[in-house]
Amino acid sequence: MSTTQILIAGFGGQGVLFAGKFLANKGLIEDRQVSWLPSYGPEMRGGTANCNVILSDEPIGSPIIDKPDCLVAMNLPSLRKYEYDVVPGGVIILDSTLIDETVDRDDVTVYYVPATKMARDGGFGSLANMILMGKLIAVYEDMGIKNAEQSLKKVIPPRKAELFDVNLKAVEAGYNFE
Amino acid sequence: MAEKVLMKGNEAIAEAAILAGCRHYFGYPITPQTEIAAYMAKRMPKIGGTFLQAESEVAAINMVYGVAATGKRVMTSSSSPGISLKSEGLSYLAGCDLPAFVVNVERGGPGLGGIQPSQSDYFQATRGGGHGDYHMIVLAPASVQEMASLTIKGFDLADKYRITSMILADGTMGQMMEPVELSEVKTPDYDKSWAVTGTKMQREHNIINSLTLVPDELEKQNFARYEKYKIIEENEPMCEKFMTEDADIIVAAFGIAARVAKNAIVEARKQDIKVGMIRPITLWPFPKKDFFEAAKTAKHFISVELSMGQLIEDVELAIRCTRPVTLCNRVGGMIPSPAEVLDAIKKANEGGDK
Repeated sequence: MSTTQILIAGFGGQGVLFAGKFLANKGLIEDRQVSWLPSYGPEMRGGTANCNVILSDEPIGSPIIDKPDCLVAMNLPSLRKYEYDVVPGGVIILDSTLIDETVDRDDVTVYYVPATKMARDGGFGSLANMILMGKLIAVYEDMGIKNAEQSLKKVIPPRKAELFDVNLKAVEAGYNFE
Repeated sequence: MAEKVLMKGNEAIAEAAILAGCRHYFGYPITPQTEIAAYMAKRMPKIGGTFLQAESEVAAINMVYGVAATGKRVMTSSSSPGISLKSEGLSYLAGCDLPAFVVNVERGGPGLGGIQPSQSDYFQATRGGGHGDYHMIVLAPASVQEMASLTIKGFDLADKYRITSMILADGTMGQMMEPVELSEVKTPDYDKSWAVTGTKMQREHNIINSLTLVPDELEKQNFARYEKYKIIEENEPMCEKFMTEDADIIVAAFGIAARVAKNAIVEARKQDIKVGMIRPITLWPFPKKDFFEAAKTAKHFISVELSMGQLIEDVELAIRCTRPVTLCNRVGGMIPSPAEVLDAIKKANEGGDK
């Protein structure tokens, strides 16, 4: 029985909400309890965006996360804003291409993933978000790569079906990143 | 069983309304409920329904008024400032005893306020909102699944009692996604012999009108309407009880506040504090009896709300002020954290704050 509270944060347009949907749908496919709560309003348009995803084996109380088990930071302001909210023993996954600084805490595990560079070099365009998701499901053993494909099928609308392969490759690249 | 899908609360309302047979939606966009209108704009034309973005909220509610008079299922949705604009129409719907379905996905107020979640339209919704003596049935979902199921229930209650039912949700409920299961809805046959559908020269005219200039006639109508309200108050109150059996402290909360409170209660139980929750699902009719019964054994009540002390008044009335009731609240788009609610529970447990 486990509950993982994940906060994904970045600029509007980096695919923060989409990344969260991928995780939530994967949880749903795996018959877990899930909730997904976005920030909404003017901050979505160019400012900061974040998204709260809870995956659990028990019914979920509040969908609002104030102490995440895992923070995925896609830019420096998001890291600085939330890094001290992460529970001791928790995880921080950050895009080290865009965040040129290190985390000062020694009670959390930090994964520095050069996601933006990997996306650029690998031909995945702007899919740094999905590379980070790949890393996340590698870090949490109860998540794993299984069902990633089915989840992407659910979250990518049919009219954008051509983006499926590249999304899957980005997730796999993140998953295999050491 | 239907497949579980992830949906936003707003989308769940829209899809459930369609399943309930609603084919007429009139609205005007406003955050945080615009997804309802967007969903309707996409779906209604494909199923022979009407989606119409009106020139204003006032126009939209009067279009609802018009369709409601024909006995067809009809709805509108808005958020706090927009509901204020619609309040005149809500009063007219009540004055004509018309069934209609209205959604308020609340945001912080007063005035234009903000766009973040709030529950500060509680008085407005449970006391009618517009002018005159009237009530609406007010339903308060606390999950995306309930956004759907209470929408279907709302349409049924509206038809059953010829009354407006309202979903009172907040920005969080509208925006969040959770798994939801939607299946075919069987709609019972409701008497619509009062509807304005054309006489085909075969019957007397049906007249829908809220103007009654003769005082004793208007009084009779009001008395009759309140007889109906009595039946609703008897039959329709709904609530969820969580760990109340042995509870010394009862939390009252609905919607997102109830979700947060649940976390706090689970935590408090780990610390051996006997606390439970009554979550009203109908805000009007308020589950008075459940609170009154609970007050026989519970020693302290706490109202957790996203308003400045509105729900607390109904709790005090329901328990006839026989127990202290403390307020634990945040407003303006802020939401109390589980830790804040836990603090309020601990204070109550120590007999503090009153």
